[in-house]
Amino acid sequence: MAYSEKVLEHYNNPKNVGSLDKNSKAVGTALVGSPEHGHSDIMRLQIEVNPVTQVITDARFKTFGCGSAIAASSLVTEWLKGKTIHEALRIDNMDIVEELNLPPVKLHCSVLAEEAIKAAVNNYRYKNGLEALVLEEEEEEYEEEEEESESAFH
Amino acid sequence: MLKLPIYLDNNATTPCDPRVVEAMLPYFTETFGNAASRNHPFGWAAEEAVDFAREQVARLIGADPKEIIFTSGATESDNLALKGVFEMYAAKGNHIITTATEHKAVLDTCRHLEKQGARVTYLGVNSEGLIDLKELEAAITPATIMVAVIYANNEIGVINPMRDISAITRRHGVLLMTDATQAVGKIPVDVNKDGIDLMAFSAHKMYGPKGVGALYVRRKSPRVKVTAQLDGGGHERGMRSGTLNVPGIVGFGKACEICQQEMEEDGKHLQILRDKLEKALLQLEESYLNGAPNQRLPHVSNISFKYVEGEGLLMGFNKSIAISSGSACTSASLEPSYVLKALGLGDDLAHSSLRFGLGRFTTEEQIDYTIQAVTDAVNRLRAISPLWEMFKDGIDLDTIQWAH
Ligand SMILES: Cc1ncc(COP(=O)(O)O)c(C=O)c1O
Repeated sequence: MAYSEKVLEHYNNPKNVGSLDKNSKAVGTALVGSPEHGHSDIMRLQIEVNPVTQVITDARFKTFGCGSAIAASSLVTEWLKGKTIHEALRIDNMDIVEELNLPPVKLHCSVLAEEAIKAAVNNYRYKNGLEALVLEEEEEEYEEEEEESESAFH
Repeated sequence: MLKLPIYLDNNATTPCDPRVVEAMLPYFTETFGNAASRNHPFGWAAEEAVDFAREQVARLIGADPKEIIFTSGATESDNLALKGVFEMYAAKGNHIITTATEHKAVLDTCRHLEKQGARVTYLGVNSEGLIDLKELEAAITPATIMVAVIYANNEIGVINPMRDISAITRRHGVLLMTDATQAVGKIPVDVNKDGIDLMAFSAHKMYGPKGVGALYVRRKSPRVKVTAQLDGGGHERGMRSGTLNVPGIVGFGKACEICQQEMEEDGKHLQILRDKLEKALLQLEESYLNGAPNQRLPHVSNISFKYVEGEGLLMGFNKSIAISSGSACTSASLEPSYVLKALGLGDDLAHSSLRFGLGRFTTEEQIDYTIQAVTDAVNRLRAISPLWEMFKDGIDLDTIQWAH
């Protein structure tokens, strides 16, 4: 299977690799793709949020996974910077699929990146005493996806 | 000058040796007859060529030419052996014993036979990929008709002790079938010394053409019979109908002859290169060799580079080096190699494995390039791996609370 140009570009020059201070109140951290749930990829995504404007000022990742998973992580860090956390939650895995030209067998990489965004935002909110945020129209879809990725393993 | 890409996937297939191609060529255009045409010189010449190749093939494995059935490859040979014996020996029993690390051509055929009423025992392997011979012996029952054990494994190169295994099958009067696709032509295989009753192998793994292989079927002590799985003109003594692939068979014969002459040289040369590669890569922190170190094919190395994912790793150099990974990031199930899992590797190590398969045409220059390229890619990917960072920070990955 050949990789798309965009996947190759992110793989060869990943953007925003690294870490932010996970103890800072302004930083939301996500670690998704637990091996026990059958994921072959593991992503750590961190966002730094301006508490007044709710704008994401920095994003960093580290990913264990195939080229597509690395590319998806790199891509979302670029997309996240400058967005508010509400806008961030609207990033859909299919946006990632489209941008990177991911083939169907790599859909799971985009799903994981979307999960990472949601988990990072909610980790930030949790740290700041806010309840978890789930966009209503997306709630159902999100849960379905979770189930799928589990049943794929068993 | 080093020519790229470098081919290190010789367990998947090998290039045809130019001497093989040369031997085959006349059989496409000049000597193109049907080996079953008994009434004219075209048929006679083709038959003669097939007979000659049958001798070359038989000689390599210490068999009688009459014991060689030509097929389309090891997959067909595995199917014919397992299904053919299951049908032929139905009156004796329905139990087959095999192992968890067989090739899919054996495993899936066994699954098929289970639906037809077979009872199949799948023996597990230890962390080095070897079965327990006591467990094998204990699994034999009066209903057991056949034991099927892979000669040398295609992913990790581990060689099973066929002589010890056949001592057991002989003692209990059950047939021993082996898939020797990765072993024949690479290491000495002798059906009599090894006590093998049926053996599948394939030309394209030993510098011959694709689409041709053989099943060895013992004719004396015991005389083994298989029920044909392809009905038709009754070729190959009724066991495999279909016009013979004369050019392919000629090439297969030539490939066997070359292997017989050069196996020892090739083996030594390849082991030196393999050991060089392996030694260098195992110097990387947290890299692990898979499979029994001293009971392996000389040209195969399977290594896990912990904390990096195999497919991601391959992407770092797959334009310049062709190898394969035990990762299954692309498969629908996301399940990594079942062979490595059978050795007890966790998902993390199974996903992190690469298989290096050297071959007759591998050079030291290629190995040096590979060492460098793989080392660079491992280091680069570890620098962006969260698992590597946690490992370096002394965090036990098993205690992580995963968000999901
Ligand atoms: C151990 C083993 N058995 C069977 C096969 C299938 O061989 P063929 O491609 O000739 O059908 C292979 C090759 O992939 C193999 O490695």
